[in-house]
Amino acid sequence: MPKLTIEELAKTRDRARTKLVMREGGEFRAKVNVHMGTCGIAAGARAVMTALIDEVERRSLRDVLLTSSGCAGLCSQEPMMTVEISGQAPVKYVNLNAQKAREILENHVLGGAIVRGYALGIGSEKTDV
Amino acid sequence: MIKADTQKTYRLHLMVCAGTGCVSNHSYEIKSALEREVRKHGLENEVTIVPTGCNGFCERGPILVVQPGNIFYQQLAVKDIPHLVEEHLLKGRPVTKLMYVPPEQKTPVPVLSDIPFFKKQVLIALRNRGLINPEDIEEYIARDGYKAQAKALSSLTPEAIIAEVTRSGLRGRGGAGFPTGLKWQLVRSAQSANGGAKYIVCNGDEGDPGAFMDRSILEADPHSVIEGMVIGAKAIGATAGFVYVRNEYPLAVERVETALKQAREYGLLGADILGSGFDFDIQIKRGAGAFVCGEETALIASIEGRLGEPRPRPPYPAQSGLWGRPTCINNVETWANVPVIIDRGGAWFSGIGTKTSKGTKVFSLVGKINNTGLVEVPMGITLREIIYDIGGGIPGGKAFKAVQTGGPSGGCITKAQIDLPIDYESLTAAGSMMGSGGMVIMDEDTCMVDVARYFLSFTQDESCGKCTPCREGTKAMLDILTRITEGKGTPDDIVLLGDLARVIKDTALCGLGKTAPNPVLTTLDYFRDEYEAHIRHRRCPAHVCRQLNVYKIDAHNCLEKGKGCDVCRRNCSSDAISGSKGQAHAVLQDKCTKCGVCHDVCVFGAVRVE
Repeated sequence: MPKLTIEELAKTRDRARTKLVMREGGEFRAKVNVHMGTCGIAAGARAVMTALIDEVERRSLRDVLLTSSGCAGLCSQEPMMTVEISGQAPVKYVNLNAQKAREILENHVLGGAIVRGYALGIGSEKTDV
Repeated sequence: MIKADTQKTYRLHLMVCAGTGCVSNHSYEIKSALEREVRKHGLENEVTIVPTGCNGFCERGPILVVQPGNIFYQQLAVKDIPHLVEEHLLKGRPVTKLMYVPPEQKTPVPVLSDIPFFKKQVLIALRNRGLINPEDIEEYIARDGYKAQAKALSSLTPEAIIAEVTRSGLRGRGGAGFPTGLKWQLVRSAQSANGGAKYIVCNGDEGDPGAFMDRSILEADPHSVIEGMVIGAKAIGATAGFVYVRNEYPLAVERVETALKQAREYGLLGADILGSGFDFDIQIKRGAGAFVCGEETALIASIEGRLGEPRPRPPYPAQSGLWGRPTCINNVETWANVPVIIDRGGAWFSGIGTKTSKGTKVFSLVGKINNTGLVEVPMGITLREIIYDIGGGIPGGKAFKAVQTGGPSGGCITKAQIDLPIDYESLTAAGSMMGSGGMVIMDEDTCMVDVARYFLSFTQDESCGKCTPCREGTKAMLDILTRITEGKGTPDDIVLLGDLARVIKDTALCGLGKTAPNPVLTTLDYFRDEYEAHIRHRRCPAHVCRQLNVYKIDAHNCLEKGKGCDVCRRNCSSDAISGSKGQAHAVLQDKCTKCGVCHDVCVFGAVRVE
């Protein structure tokens, strides 16, 4: 480790911060819940989750909470995920893959527009995280 | 081992408490179990496991906080972990049964910030509590660590630093409450013989029974202390610093060593810090655990390699300290406050607290209290808020009797003063002192004479023996107190105790002796009736002093409920119980040695204490 100057200290701080913001709580713009029951994982939910983590990291998103849950009951339409924007009814998406998950993150989570082509419907059971 | 990678984003952060309390409750085993289960479910790229410093809620260890979401799990066992990982981490369902349920409530509280213990706390010295890995300097830097140091070294003059600290109103957190800015000014303006060297010392010789504030800070956030010391060094013009820490705090020693090494690697300590041209380095001095070495002149002697004995002041260490050079000694918590003051400004800091006492204070809550642990609260908070709102009240529905603040040097504060707003002045006015922050809570089952005897036996044991009032006087006081608790006291003893206490206070050489009589003086003031009950009626109202107890067996209870079970007689080591199985038993008072075993073993409540 080379010795830091004052400018490099500030850079180190910015770089290290992205990791820590997740720990500090605060308000979340959205919660994205990937259903990862046995059925979901078998159908490819892991790829959906990995894609979402990658997007959150790439875009340095600090207010999107990624979480996972078990089987949503519609095993035939897995992988599924639920997007909850604070103050709005949750939206369930079905038959996902990594690419679709990235589109939903961009358009719905960040853009506010529900991606109707992939959506199953509005309204869902809520999970507490 | 799953190592947190600075470059990588994780979906979930598992903050495992690795303070001394949780470590002794096997939190490292919890951590290993988490790592194993996380790997088993293939979550190692989504979930990171971070050991943190003391969370504060030691009563409930081992503790795990899941972020984001701030979900608080407590009293975990290794067998809980597979279920927790599968339910919460994999399926997203937090596990209710592992959450905290406040006393006398039924519903668990999932979120840390909703738990009453944490709600009223304000964190400055403990600002990184539970959020960073104390062994990873980058996590400290991420939370604005070393920012104040960079500011102090690049754009502030020593005078400006001192002015900021003075403006903050920060006072020494070690007990006496000397204004920190003024102390720095005195050391800065002192002339050093022998080439002008000056020194900085961090006093981590925390010795009060039941106090663990400094230990926790050194373990949880060592960089905050180092940064404070570098800023102080620039302010007073010091080139070398020492962290004096007890050898019996192995985790603190280890984490400070790691932190010093990392700070040097990053150019935040050593020669030419941050390219500013300022040189300063710190070394650790381990103390052997003598209470008197918390006194600054004894501490200096100990660092110099001499016997840890105090000397008369003046000269104060600010004029003549380590090796005769001007030396600035501040307590661990004081140093940890400094970076925040420089970063956010003295005016911000002085906005918190009371007229004379600014900022926050860390207290360790121990004794007869539901939520044992470490709390940081704004000055001016009342004892009632600390004991009932944060501390969760007294266990078993017992009544609060008193709280000992300031450890063996302090005094007790009673129910009548429970609404006292806490600051340096109010505690002194009540006959106690702020001290370093130990709070021992006592309930109705506590005998105040016994408490005074306990604290005096501590100071008597720790007295270095250099001055006569402390060496002989505390011994004489202890003998009297022991006599009283054994039922051999005379009415003159109370007068004699008071006289001795006042003489020792006035004539002892150092703070240890000067304050040693405080527990006796305050209990004499507030609980004189208990002393008199011991002396005049040969009774201990709380039934603690066993020599004064009379054990009697209720023949009716013994026969009706216990059917004369004979357990008491079989356990009595002095054949002082008459009767046999099936008969009512009785205590033979002339043979009874008052050991209390019969009372402890009787499950029918037939043995009474009078």
